[in-house]
Amino acid sequence: MNKKIFVFVLTLIPAFGSLVVINRVEPYILGLPFVLFWAICWVGLTSLFLIIANKLDPASEEEENI
Amino acid sequence: MNAALLVILFFLVLCIWLGLQARKGKEMSMEQWSVGGRGFGSLLMFFLLAGEMFTTYTFLGASGGAYRAGIPPALYAFNCFYFVIAYWLLPPVWKYAKENKVISQSDFYEKKYNSQGLGILVAIISVVAVIPYLVMQLKGLGIIVSEASYGSISPHVAIVVGVIAITIYVTVSGMHGAAWTAIIKDILILAVMVFMGFYFTFHYYGGIQPMFEAIHTANTEFLLFPKQGLSISWFVSATIMTALAFYMFPHMMAGVFSAKSGKSLRINAGIMPIYQIIIVFSLLIGFSAVIQVPDLKGADTDLALFKMAKMSFDPWFVGVIGAAGAMAALIPSSLVLTATSTILSKNIYKVWKPNTTDQQLAKLTKMLVPFIALVTLFFTFNGGDSILTLYLMSYSFMVQLFPALFFSLWKKNPVTVQGAFVGMIVGSLIVIYSTIKEMSLATLFPSLPNVIKDLDLGLAVLIINIAVTLGVSVITRKSVARVEDDADISNPA
Repeated sequence: MNKKIFVFVLTLIPAFGSLVVINRVEPYILGLPFVLFWAICWVGLTSLFLIIANKLDPASEEEENI
Repeated sequence: MNAALLVILFFLVLCIWLGLQARKGKEMSMEQWSVGGRGFGSLLMFFLLAGEMFTTYTFLGASGGAYRAGIPPALYAFNCFYFVIAYWLLPPVWKYAKENKVISQSDFYEKKYNSQGLGILVAIISVVAVIPYLVMQLKGLGIIVSEASYGSISPHVAIVVGVIAITIYVTVSGMHGAAWTAIIKDILILAVMVFMGFYFTFHYYGGIQPMFEAIHTANTEFLLFPKQGLSISWFVSATIMTALAFYMFPHMMAGVFSAKSGKSLRINAGIMPIYQIIIVFSLLIGFSAVIQVPDLKGADTDLALFKMAKMSFDPWFVGVIGAAGAMAALIPSSLVLTATSTILSKNIYKVWKPNTTDQQLAKLTKMLVPFIALVTLFFTFNGGDSILTLYLMSYSFMVQLFPALFFSLWKKNPVTVQGAFVGMIVGSLIVIYSTIKEMSLATLFPSLPNVIKDLDLGLAVLIINIAVTLGVSVITRKSVARVEDDADISNPA
Protein backbone atom coordinates (compact mmCIF):
# COMPACT_ATOMS: atom_id res chain seq x y z
CA MET A 1 0.00 0.00 0.00
CA ASN A 2 2.84 2.38 0.86
CA LYS A 3 4.30 1.66 -2.52
CA LYS A 4 1.07 2.77 -4.14
CA ILE A 5 1.22 6.10 -2.29
CA PHE A 6 4.85 6.55 -3.26
CA VAL A 7 3.97 5.96 -6.92
CA PHE A 8 1.13 8.45 -6.62
CA VAL A 9 3.42 11.13 -5.21
CA LEU A 10 5.92 10.37 -7.96
CA THR A 11 3.31 11.18 -10.61
CA LEU A 12 2.18 14.31 -8.76
CA ILE A 13 5.63 15.89 -9.13
CA PRO A 14 5.35 16.45 -12.91
CA ALA A 15 1.67 17.37 -12.55
CA PHE A 16 2.59 20.33 -10.37
CA GLY A 17 6.03 21.04 -11.78
CA SER A 18 4.74 21.43 -15.33
CA LEU A 19 2.19 24.00 -14.15
CA VAL A 20 4.78 26.20 -12.46
CA VAL A 21 5.69 29.13 -14.69
CA ILE A 22 9.02 30.90 -14.27
CA ASN A 23 8.10 34.10 -16.02
CA ARG A 24 11.45 35.47 -17.18
CA VAL A 25 13.29 35.74 -20.49
CA GLU A 26 16.86 35.59 -19.21
CA PRO A 27 19.05 33.60 -18.95
CA TYR A 28 18.73 32.09 -22.43
CA ILE A 29 19.47 28.37 -22.28
CA LEU A 30 20.19 26.48 -25.52
CA GLY A 31 19.08 29.69 -27.17
CA LEU A 32 15.62 29.51 -25.63
CA PRO A 33 14.10 32.11 -23.32
CA PHE A 34 14.10 30.70 -19.78
CA VAL A 35 10.31 30.49 -19.51
CA LEU A 36 10.21 28.27 -22.62
CA PHE A 37 13.26 26.20 -21.66
CA TRP A 38 11.74 25.45 -18.25
CA ALA A 39 8.51 24.20 -19.86
CA ILE A 40 10.40 21.97 -22.29
CA CYS A 41 12.40 20.50 -19.40
CA TRP A 42 9.19 19.40 -17.77
CA VAL A 43 8.11 17.55 -20.89
CA GLY A 44 11.19 15.34 -20.51
CA LEU A 45 10.81 15.10 -16.73
CA THR A 46 7.15 14.09 -17.01
CA SER A 47 8.16 11.22 -19.21
CA LEU A 48 10.92 10.19 -16.81
CA PHE A 49 8.73 10.31 -13.70
CA LEU A 50 5.92 8.35 -15.32
CA ILE A 51 8.23 5.64 -16.64
CA ILE A 52 9.78 5.21 -13.17
CA ALA A 53 6.33 5.21 -11.60
CA ASN A 54 5.20 2.46 -13.93
CA LYS A 55 8.25 0.34 -13.09
CA LEU A 56 7.44 0.57 -9.38
CA ASP A 57 3.66 0.43 -9.70
CA PRO A 58 2.31 -2.68 -7.92
CA ALA A 59 -0.64 -2.65 -10.37
CA SER A 60 1.68 -3.77 -13.19
CA GLU A 61 2.73 -6.89 -11.24
CA GLU A 62 -0.84 -7.68 -10.24
CA GLU A 63 -1.91 -7.64 -13.88
CA GLU A 64 0.87 -9.98 -14.89
CA ASN A 65 -0.12 -12.46 -12.21
CA ILE A 66 -3.66 -12.72 -13.53
CA MET B 1 -2.14 22.24 -61.29
CA ASN B 2 1.27 23.05 -59.85
CA ALA B 3 3.97 20.87 -58.31
CA ALA B 4 2.76 21.48 -54.75
CA LEU B 5 -0.75 20.26 -55.54
CA LEU B 6 0.54 17.18 -57.33
CA VAL B 7 2.57 16.19 -54.27
CA ILE B 8 -0.44 16.63 -51.96
CA LEU B 9 -2.63 14.65 -54.32
CA PHE B 10 -0.08 11.84 -54.40
CA PHE B 11 -0.13 11.54 -50.60
CA LEU B 12 -3.92 11.67 -50.43
CA VAL B 13 -4.18 8.80 -52.90
CA LEU B 14 -1.51 6.90 -50.97
CA CYS B 15 -3.55 7.27 -47.76
CA ILE B 16 -6.70 5.96 -49.37
CA TRP B 17 -4.79 3.08 -50.96
CA LEU B 18 -3.29 2.13 -47.58
CA GLY B 19 -6.72 2.30 -46.04
CA LEU B 20 -7.95 -0.19 -48.61
CA GLN B 21 -4.94 -2.46 -48.02
CA ALA B 22 -5.51 -2.49 -44.25
CA ARG B 23 -9.00 -3.75 -44.87
CA LYS B 24 -7.91 -6.78 -46.89
CA GLY B 25 -8.23 -10.17 -45.23
CA LYS B 26 -10.30 -8.82 -42.37
CA GLU B 27 -13.99 -9.20 -42.08
CA MET B 28 -15.22 -5.76 -41.18
CA SER B 29 -17.50 -6.48 -38.25
CA MET B 30 -18.65 -3.64 -36.07
CA GLU B 31 -16.03 -4.40 -33.44
CA GLN B 32 -13.24 -4.56 -36.05
CA TRP B 33 -14.30 -1.33 -37.68
CA SER B 34 -14.72 0.67 -34.50
CA VAL B 35 -12.11 -0.65 -32.03
CA GLY B 36 -9.85 -2.74 -34.27
CA GLY B 37 -10.94 -5.99 -32.61
CA ARG B 38 -9.43 -4.81 -29.27
CA GLY B 39 -6.09 -6.31 -30.21
CA PHE B 40 -3.74 -3.39 -30.82
CA GLY B 41 -0.37 -4.00 -29.19
CA SER B 42 1.44 -1.21 -27.44
CA LEU B 43 3.39 -0.08 -30.51
CA LEU B 44 0.39 0.35 -32.77
CA MET B 45 -1.56 1.81 -29.84
CA PHE B 46 1.21 4.29 -29.29
CA PHE B 47 1.00 5.56 -32.83
CA LEU B 48 -2.75 5.66 -32.70
CA LEU B 49 -3.01 7.65 -29.47
CA ALA B 50 0.08 9.74 -30.11
CA GLY B 51 -0.99 10.33 -33.68
CA GLU B 52 -4.07 11.95 -32.27
CA MET B 53 -1.79 14.58 -30.75
CA PHE B 54 -0.22 15.47 -34.11
CA THR B 55 -3.13 17.28 -35.60
CA THR B 56 -3.80 20.50 -37.40
CA TYR B 57 -3.39 22.02 -33.99
CA THR B 58 0.26 20.95 -33.74
CA PHE B 59 0.86 22.03 -37.27
CA LEU B 60 -0.95 25.35 -37.62
CA GLY B 61 -2.51 26.05 -34.23
CA ALA B 62 0.64 25.97 -32.10
CA SER B 63 2.74 27.91 -34.60
CA GLY B 64 -0.13 30.35 -35.18
CA GLY B 65 -0.61 30.78 -31.44
CA ALA B 66 3.06 31.51 -30.83
CA TYR B 67 3.02 33.96 -33.73
CA ARG B 68 -0.10 35.73 -32.48
CA ALA B 69 0.38 35.89 -28.74
CA GLY B 70 3.88 34.64 -27.90
CA ILE B 71 4.66 32.63 -24.80
CA PRO B 72 1.21 31.86 -23.31
CA PRO B 73 -0.14 29.72 -26.20
CA ALA B 74 3.36 28.30 -26.65
CA LEU B 75 3.51 26.89 -23.14
CA TYR B 76 -0.09 25.80 -23.29
CA ALA B 77 0.73 23.67 -26.35
CA PHE B 78 2.89 21.27 -24.30
CA ASN B 79 0.40 20.24 -21.64
CA CYS B 80 2.21 17.57 -19.62
CA PHE B 81 -0.84 17.32 -17.41
CA TYR B 82 -2.44 15.04 -20.05
CA PHE B 83 -0.09 12.22 -19.31
CA VAL B 84 -0.46 12.21 -15.56
CA ILE B 85 -4.23 12.05 -16.03
CA ALA B 86 -3.76 9.27 -18.58
CA TYR B 87 -1.61 7.29 -16.16
CA TRP B 88 -4.30 7.05 -13.50
CA LEU B 89 -7.52 7.37 -15.43
CA LEU B 90 -7.10 5.09 -18.42
CA PRO B 91 -6.20 1.69 -16.93
CA PRO B 92 -9.34 1.43 -14.75
CA VAL B 93 -11.50 2.68 -17.62
CA TRP B 94 -9.93 0.08 -19.92
CA LYS B 95 -10.40 -2.68 -17.34
CA TYR B 96 -14.07 -1.96 -16.86
CA ALA B 97 -14.58 -1.69 -20.62
CA LYS B 98 -12.93 -5.05 -21.22
CA GLU B 99 -14.88 -6.83 -18.49
CA ASN B 100 -18.17 -5.41 -19.69
CA LYS B 101 -17.59 -5.55 -23.47
CA VAL B 102 -17.86 -1.80 -23.86
CA ILE B 103 -17.05 -0.56 -27.39
CA SER B 104 -17.99 3.10 -27.29
CA GLN B 105 -17.62 5.95 -24.86
CA SER B 106 -21.40 6.26 -24.40
CA ASP B 107 -21.58 2.51 -23.66
CA PHE B 108 -19.29 3.13 -20.76
CA TYR B 109 -21.65 5.60 -19.11
CA GLU B 110 -24.68 3.52 -20.04
CA LYS B 111 -23.31 0.41 -18.31
CA LYS B 112 -21.75 2.17 -15.33
CA TYR B 113 -24.96 3.99 -14.48
CA ASN B 114 -27.24 1.31 -15.87
CA SER B 115 -29.17 3.92 -17.82
CA GLN B 116 -29.73 4.04 -21.59
CA GLY B 117 -30.89 7.62 -21.21
CA LEU B 118 -27.49 8.67 -19.87
CA GLY B 119 -25.84 6.87 -22.79
CA ILE B 120 -27.94 8.92 -25.19
CA LEU B 121 -27.15 12.19 -23.40
CA VAL B 122 -23.43 11.44 -23.49
CA ALA B 123 -23.69 10.62 -27.20
CA ILE B 124 -25.46 13.92 -27.93
CA ILE B 125 -22.97 16.03 -25.94
CA SER B 126 -20.08 14.25 -27.66
CA VAL B 127 -21.48 14.94 -31.11
CA VAL B 128 -21.94 18.62 -30.23
CA ALA B 129 -18.37 18.77 -28.88
CA VAL B 130 -16.90 16.99 -31.86
CA ILE B 131 -18.31 19.46 -34.39
CA PRO B 132 -16.01 22.40 -33.50
CA TYR B 133 -13.15 19.90 -33.36
CA LEU B 134 -13.86 18.72 -36.89
CA VAL B 135 -14.42 22.29 -38.05
CA MET B 136 -10.94 23.06 -36.73
CA GLN B 137 -9.42 20.19 -38.72
CA LEU B 138 -11.30 21.11 -41.89
CA LYS B 139 -10.37 24.76 -41.59
CA GLY B 140 -6.78 23.69 -41.28
CA LEU B 141 -7.10 21.42 -44.28
CA GLY B 142 -8.67 24.24 -46.30
CA ILE B 143 -5.85 26.62 -45.38
CA ILE B 144 -3.21 24.03 -46.22
CA VAL B 145 -4.54 23.04 -49.63
CA SER B 146 -5.43 26.54 -50.79
CA GLU B 147 -2.10 27.98 -49.61
CA ALA B 148 -0.17 25.15 -51.24
CA SER B 149 -2.03 25.75 -54.50
CA TYR B 150 -0.73 29.36 -54.42
CA GLY B 151 -4.28 30.65 -54.43
CA SER B 152 -5.50 28.74 -57.50
CA ILE B 153 -7.87 26.72 -55.29
CA SER B 154 -10.07 28.69 -52.90
CA PRO B 155 -10.23 27.49 -49.26
CA HIS B 156 -13.91 26.62 -49.76
CA VAL B 157 -13.22 24.31 -52.68
CA ALA B 158 -10.28 22.85 -50.78
CA ILE B 159 -12.47 22.10 -47.78
CA VAL B 160 -15.08 20.37 -49.94
CA VAL B 161 -12.38 18.22 -51.55
CA GLY B 162 -11.03 17.45 -48.07
CA VAL B 163 -14.43 16.35 -46.81
CA ILE B 164 -14.84 14.01 -49.76
CA ALA B 165 -11.38 12.54 -49.17
CA ILE B 166 -12.03 12.00 -45.46
CA THR B 167 -15.40 10.42 -46.11
CA ILE B 168 -14.06 7.93 -48.63
CA TYR B 169 -11.14 7.14 -46.38
CA VAL B 170 -13.21 6.48 -43.25
CA THR B 171 -15.88 4.52 -45.03
CA VAL B 172 -13.41 2.08 -46.54
CA SER B 173 -11.08 1.51 -43.64
CA GLY B 174 -12.34 2.42 -40.16
CA MET B 175 -9.87 2.00 -37.30
CA HIS B 176 -7.37 -0.30 -39.04
CA GLY B 177 -6.60 2.09 -41.88
CA ALA B 178 -6.12 4.95 -39.46
CA ALA B 179 -3.54 3.10 -37.37
CA TRP B 180 -1.18 2.36 -40.24
CA THR B 181 -1.46 5.65 -42.09
CA ALA B 182 -0.88 7.36 -38.73
CA ILE B 183 2.68 6.04 -38.76
CA ILE B 184 3.48 7.45 -42.19
CA LYS B 185 1.88 10.70 -41.22
CA ASP B 186 3.91 11.02 -38.02
CA ILE B 187 7.22 10.37 -39.77
CA LEU B 188 6.42 12.87 -42.50
CA ILE B 189 5.31 15.56 -40.04
CA LEU B 190 8.30 15.02 -37.79
CA ALA B 191 10.74 15.38 -40.68
CA VAL B 192 9.07 18.45 -42.12
CA MET B 193 8.67 20.26 -38.80
CA VAL B 194 12.21 19.64 -37.55
CA PHE B 195 13.63 20.79 -40.86
CA MET B 196 11.55 23.95 -41.03
CA GLY B 197 12.10 24.80 -37.37
CA PHE B 198 15.87 24.77 -37.79
CA TYR B 199 15.92 26.21 -41.30
CA PHE B 200 13.85 29.30 -40.52
CA THR B 201 15.66 30.15 -37.31
CA PHE B 202 19.14 29.74 -38.81
CA HIS B 203 18.45 31.12 -42.28
CA TYR B 204 16.64 34.28 -41.19
CA TYR B 205 18.21 34.96 -37.81
CA GLY B 206 21.45 32.99 -37.65
CA GLY B 207 20.39 30.86 -34.69
CA ILE B 208 17.79 30.25 -32.03
CA GLN B 209 19.05 32.73 -29.47
CA PRO B 210 19.51 35.57 -31.98
CA MET B 211 15.91 35.01 -33.08
CA PHE B 212 14.49 35.26 -29.58
CA GLU B 213 16.71 38.23 -28.82
CA ALA B 214 15.44 40.00 -31.93
CA ILE B 215 11.84 39.32 -30.89
CA HIS B 216 12.55 40.44 -27.35
CA THR B 217 14.12 43.68 -28.58
CA ALA B 218 11.18 44.40 -30.88
CA ASN B 219 8.61 43.75 -28.14
CA THR B 220 9.72 43.24 -24.54
CA GLU B 221 6.31 41.84 -23.54
CA PHE B 222 6.10 39.11 -26.17
CA LEU B 223 8.21 36.44 -24.48
CA LEU B 224 6.49 36.76 -21.10
CA PHE B 225 3.11 36.00 -19.61
CA PRO B 226 1.08 39.22 -19.37
CA LYS B 227 -0.49 40.38 -16.09
CA GLN B 228 -3.97 39.95 -17.52
CA GLY B 229 -5.71 38.23 -20.44
CA LEU B 230 -3.61 35.19 -21.35
CA SER B 231 -2.02 35.28 -17.91
CA ILE B 232 -0.48 32.49 -15.84
CA SER B 233 -3.87 31.92 -14.32
CA TRP B 234 -5.31 31.32 -17.82
CA PHE B 235 -2.47 28.93 -18.62
CA VAL B 236 -2.93 26.79 -15.50
CA SER B 237 -6.72 26.58 -15.77
CA ALA B 238 -6.81 25.96 -19.53
CA THR B 239 -4.14 23.27 -19.17
CA ILE B 240 -6.05 21.40 -16.47
CA MET B 241 -9.36 21.72 -18.33
CA THR B 242 -7.91 20.42 -21.59
CA ALA B 243 -6.21 17.49 -19.88
CA LEU B 244 -9.39 16.41 -18.13
CA ALA B 245 -11.39 16.71 -21.36
CA PHE B 246 -8.83 15.04 -23.61
CA TYR B 247 -9.70 11.45 -22.87
CA MET B 248 -13.45 12.07 -22.77
CA PHE B 249 -13.57 12.36 -26.57
CA PRO B 250 -15.29 9.39 -28.18
CA HIS B 251 -12.31 8.70 -30.44
CA MET B 252 -9.83 8.83 -27.57
CA MET B 253 -11.90 6.37 -25.57
CA ALA B 254 -12.13 4.13 -28.61
CA GLY B 255 -8.34 4.29 -28.78
CA VAL B 256 -8.12 3.32 -25.10
CA PHE B 257 -10.51 0.41 -25.58
CA SER B 258 -8.41 -0.98 -28.41
CA ALA B 259 -5.46 -1.48 -26.02
CA LYS B 260 -4.36 -4.95 -24.95
CA SER B 261 -3.66 -4.25 -21.28
CA GLY B 262 -3.75 -1.60 -18.59
CA LYS B 263 0.01 -1.75 -18.37
CA SER B 264 0.42 -0.84 -22.05
CA LEU B 265 -1.65 2.26 -21.35
CA ARG B 266 0.62 3.28 -18.46
CA ILE B 267 3.72 2.74 -20.58
CA ASN B 268 2.09 4.89 -23.23
CA ALA B 269 1.52 7.68 -20.75
CA GLY B 270 5.24 7.60 -20.01
CA ILE B 271 6.42 7.61 -23.62
CA MET B 272 3.99 10.07 -25.09
CA PRO B 273 5.50 13.25 -23.61
CA ILE B 274 8.56 12.60 -25.79
CA TYR B 275 6.28 13.04 -28.77
CA GLN B 276 5.43 16.53 -27.55
CA ILE B 277 8.97 17.64 -28.34
CA ILE B 278 7.89 18.17 -31.93
CA ILE B 279 5.84 21.11 -30.69
CA VAL B 280 9.10 22.91 -29.94
CA PHE B 281 9.71 23.02 -33.70
CA SER B 282 6.21 24.19 -34.44
CA LEU B 283 6.79 27.01 -31.96
CA LEU B 284 10.14 27.93 -33.49
CA ILE B 285 8.38 28.23 -36.85
CA GLY B 286 5.71 30.46 -35.32
CA PHE B 287 8.25 32.66 -33.57
CA SER B 288 10.38 32.94 -36.69
CA ALA B 289 7.40 34.42 -38.52
CA VAL B 290 6.91 37.19 -35.96
CA ILE B 291 9.47 39.49 -37.54
CA GLN B 292 9.49 38.05 -41.08
CA VAL B 293 5.74 38.24 -41.85
CA PRO B 294 4.45 40.74 -39.32
CA ASP B 295 1.09 41.68 -40.80
CA LEU B 296 -1.24 38.68 -40.26
CA LYS B 297 -4.34 39.42 -38.18
CA GLY B 298 -7.15 37.43 -36.51
CA ALA B 299 -7.81 33.96 -37.90
CA ASP B 300 -5.16 34.59 -40.59
CA THR B 301 -2.47 34.14 -37.93
CA ASP B 302 -2.88 30.40 -38.46
CA LEU B 303 -1.30 30.97 -41.88
CA ALA B 304 2.04 31.95 -40.33
CA LEU B 305 3.69 28.61 -41.09
CA PHE B 306 2.66 28.63 -44.74
CA LYS B 307 3.61 32.24 -45.34
CA MET B 308 7.10 31.38 -44.13
CA ALA B 309 7.27 28.21 -46.21
CA LYS B 310 6.19 29.88 -49.44
CA MET B 311 8.63 32.69 -48.91
CA SER B 312 11.50 30.24 -48.47
CA PHE B 313 11.00 27.08 -50.55
CA ASP B 314 10.27 25.74 -54.03
CA PRO B 315 6.67 24.76 -54.80
CA TRP B 316 7.36 21.01 -54.67
CA PHE B 317 8.60 21.27 -51.10
CA VAL B 318 5.65 23.45 -50.14
CA GLY B 319 3.67 20.49 -51.49
CA VAL B 320 5.44 18.08 -49.13
CA ILE B 321 4.66 20.39 -46.20
CA GLY B 322 1.09 20.62 -47.43
CA ALA B 323 0.82 16.84 -47.64
CA ALA B 324 2.10 16.45 -44.07
CA GLY B 325 -0.42 19.04 -42.93
CA ALA B 326 -3.25 17.50 -44.91
CA MET B 327 -2.56 14.14 -43.28
CA ALA B 328 -2.43 15.81 -39.87
CA ALA B 329 -5.98 16.96 -40.51
CA LEU B 330 -7.21 13.86 -42.32
CA ILE B 331 -6.27 11.07 -39.91
CA PRO B 332 -7.48 12.51 -36.62
CA SER B 333 -10.68 13.58 -38.39
CA SER B 334 -11.18 10.06 -39.63
CA LEU B 335 -10.79 8.68 -36.10
CA VAL B 336 -13.23 11.24 -34.78
CA LEU B 337 -15.73 10.44 -37.52
CA THR B 338 -15.45 6.70 -36.90
CA ALA B 339 -16.06 7.07 -33.19
CA THR B 340 -18.84 9.63 -33.56
CA SER B 341 -20.80 7.65 -36.09
CA THR B 342 -20.38 4.56 -33.90
CA ILE B 343 -21.99 6.22 -30.91
CA LEU B 344 -24.73 7.78 -33.05
CA SER B 345 -25.77 4.43 -34.47
CA LYS B 346 -25.11 2.23 -31.47
CA ASN B 347 -26.13 4.44 -28.58
CA ILE B 348 -28.94 6.40 -30.15
CA TYR B 349 -30.39 4.47 -33.10
CA LYS B 350 -30.08 1.04 -31.55
CA VAL B 351 -31.78 2.21 -28.35
CA TRP B 352 -34.59 3.61 -30.45
CA LYS B 353 -34.87 0.42 -32.56
CA PRO B 354 -33.51 -2.39 -30.39
CA ASN B 355 -33.98 -5.20 -32.91
CA THR B 356 -31.52 -3.76 -35.47
CA THR B 357 -29.06 -6.50 -36.46
CA ASP B 358 -25.33 -5.93 -36.19
CA GLN B 359 -25.01 -5.94 -39.97
CA GLN B 360 -27.62 -3.24 -40.39
CA LEU B 361 -25.92 -1.29 -37.63
CA ALA B 362 -22.52 -1.50 -39.32
CA LYS B 363 -24.08 -0.28 -42.56
CA LEU B 364 -25.85 2.59 -40.84
CA THR B 365 -22.68 3.62 -39.03
CA LYS B 366 -20.87 4.00 -42.32
CA MET B 367 -23.75 5.91 -43.86
CA LEU B 368 -23.63 8.39 -41.00
CA VAL B 369 -20.05 9.37 -41.85
CA PRO B 370 -20.89 11.58 -44.86
CA PHE B 371 -23.85 13.00 -42.97
CA ILE B 372 -21.72 14.20 -40.04
CA ALA B 373 -19.17 15.49 -42.54
CA LEU B 374 -21.87 17.59 -44.22
CA VAL B 375 -23.03 19.10 -40.93
CA THR B 376 -19.42 20.01 -40.18
CA LEU B 377 -19.07 21.56 -43.62
CA PHE B 378 -22.00 23.84 -42.86
CA PHE B 379 -20.39 25.10 -39.67
CA THR B 380 -16.97 25.45 -41.28
CA PHE B 381 -18.38 27.90 -43.81
CA ASN B 382 -20.25 29.87 -41.15
CA GLY B 383 -17.61 30.80 -38.62
CA GLY B 384 -14.43 32.83 -38.52
CA ASP B 385 -12.68 31.65 -35.38
CA SER B 386 -9.01 30.84 -35.02
CA ILE B 387 -7.92 27.25 -34.53
CA LEU B 388 -7.08 27.79 -30.85
CA THR B 389 -10.58 29.21 -30.18
CA LEU B 390 -12.29 26.22 -31.79
CA TYR B 391 -10.00 23.89 -29.90
CA LEU B 392 -10.91 25.39 -26.53
CA MET B 393 -14.62 25.41 -27.40
CA SER B 394 -14.63 21.73 -28.23
CA TYR B 395 -12.78 20.85 -25.04
CA SER B 396 -15.10 22.97 -22.88
CA PHE B 397 -18.00 20.79 -23.99
CA MET B 398 -16.15 17.55 -23.63
CA VAL B 399 -14.93 18.21 -20.11
CA GLN B 400 -18.54 18.26 -18.90
CA LEU B 401 -18.52 14.46 -19.14
CA PHE B 402 -15.59 14.19 -16.75
CA PRO B 403 -17.30 14.29 -13.31
CA ALA B 404 -19.68 11.40 -13.99
CA LEU B 405 -16.84 9.24 -15.31
CA PHE B 406 -14.42 10.15 -12.56
CA PHE B 407 -16.82 9.44 -9.70
CA SER B 408 -18.00 6.21 -11.30
CA LEU B 409 -14.47 4.83 -10.88
CA TRP B 410 -14.65 5.18 -7.11
CA LYS B 411 -15.25 2.05 -5.07
CA LYS B 412 -18.53 3.52 -3.92
CA ASN B 413 -19.85 5.88 -6.58
CA PRO B 414 -21.22 9.00 -4.84
CA VAL B 415 -23.06 10.10 -8.01
CA THR B 416 -26.55 8.97 -8.93
CA VAL B 417 -27.93 8.76 -12.46
CA GLN B 418 -29.99 11.86 -11.79
CA GLY B 419 -26.93 13.72 -10.54
CA ALA B 420 -24.93 12.77 -13.63
CA PHE B 421 -27.80 13.86 -15.89
CA VAL B 422 -28.39 17.25 -14.32
CA GLY B 423 -24.67 18.03 -13.99
CA MET B 424 -23.96 17.30 -17.66
CA ILE B 425 -26.99 19.21 -18.90
CA VAL B 426 -26.35 22.29 -16.75
CA GLY B 427 -22.65 22.30 -17.71
CA SER B 428 -23.31 21.94 -21.43
CA LEU B 429 -26.04 24.60 -21.45
CA ILE B 430 -23.75 27.12 -19.80
CA VAL B 431 -21.04 26.37 -22.36
CA ILE B 432 -23.51 26.77 -25.25
CA TYR B 433 -24.89 30.00 -23.83
CA SER B 434 -21.49 31.51 -23.16
CA THR B 435 -20.21 30.49 -26.59
CA ILE B 436 -23.14 32.15 -28.35
CA LYS B 437 -22.89 35.28 -26.21
CA GLU B 438 -19.08 35.22 -26.47
CA MET B 439 -18.79 35.54 -22.73
CA SER B 440 -15.82 34.99 -20.49
CA LEU B 441 -15.40 35.43 -16.76
CA ALA B 442 -13.87 38.84 -17.50
CA THR B 443 -16.99 40.11 -19.33
CA LEU B 444 -19.29 38.63 -16.67
CA PHE B 445 -17.51 39.91 -13.58
CA PRO B 446 -15.28 42.81 -14.65
CA SER B 447 -14.56 43.77 -11.04
CA LEU B 448 -12.98 40.47 -9.98
CA PRO B 449 -9.19 40.25 -9.57
CA ASN B 450 -7.32 39.17 -12.71
CA VAL B 451 -6.30 35.85 -11.17
CA ILE B 452 -9.96 34.77 -11.26
CA LYS B 453 -11.09 36.74 -14.32
CA ASP B 454 -8.58 35.02 -16.58
CA LEU B 455 -9.59 31.50 -15.56
CA ASP B 456 -10.62 29.33 -18.46
CA LEU B 457 -14.41 29.32 -18.76
CA GLY B 458 -14.56 25.57 -19.35
CA LEU B 459 -12.89 24.87 -16.02
CA ALA B 460 -15.16 27.33 -14.20
CA VAL B 461 -18.20 25.59 -15.69
CA LEU B 462 -16.72 22.22 -14.73
CA ILE B 463 -16.62 23.31 -11.09
CA ILE B 464 -20.31 24.30 -11.29
CA ASN B 465 -20.99 20.96 -12.95
CA ILE B 466 -19.30 19.01 -10.14
CA ALA B 467 -21.21 20.96 -7.50
CA VAL B 468 -24.55 20.34 -9.26
CA THR B 469 -23.75 16.66 -9.89
CA LEU B 470 -22.90 15.99 -6.26
CA GLY B 471 -25.73 18.17 -4.93
CA VAL B 472 -28.41 16.46 -6.99
CA SER B 473 -26.88 13.07 -6.13
CA VAL B 474 -27.16 13.74 -2.41
CA ILE B 475 -30.81 14.79 -2.75
CA THR B 476 -31.82 11.89 -4.99
CA ARG B 477 -29.92 9.37 -2.88
CA LYS B 478 -31.79 10.55 0.20
CA SER B 479 -35.16 10.28 -1.47
CA VAL B 480 -34.31 6.82 -2.80
CA ALA B 481 -33.23 5.80 0.69
CA ARG B 482 -36.45 7.17 2.11
CA VAL B 483 -38.57 5.25 -0.41
CA GLU B 484 -36.67 2.11 0.53
CA ASP B 485 -37.24 2.83 4.23
CA ASP B 486 -40.94 3.29 3.58
CA ALA B 487 -41.01 0.03 1.70
CA ASP B 488 -39.34 -1.67 4.65
CA ILE B 489 -41.93 -0.33 7.03
CA SER B 490 -44.90 -1.32 4.91
CA ASN B 491 -43.39 -4.77 4.30
CA PRO B 492 -42.08 -5.98 7.60
CA ALA B 493 -40.17 -9.18 6.91
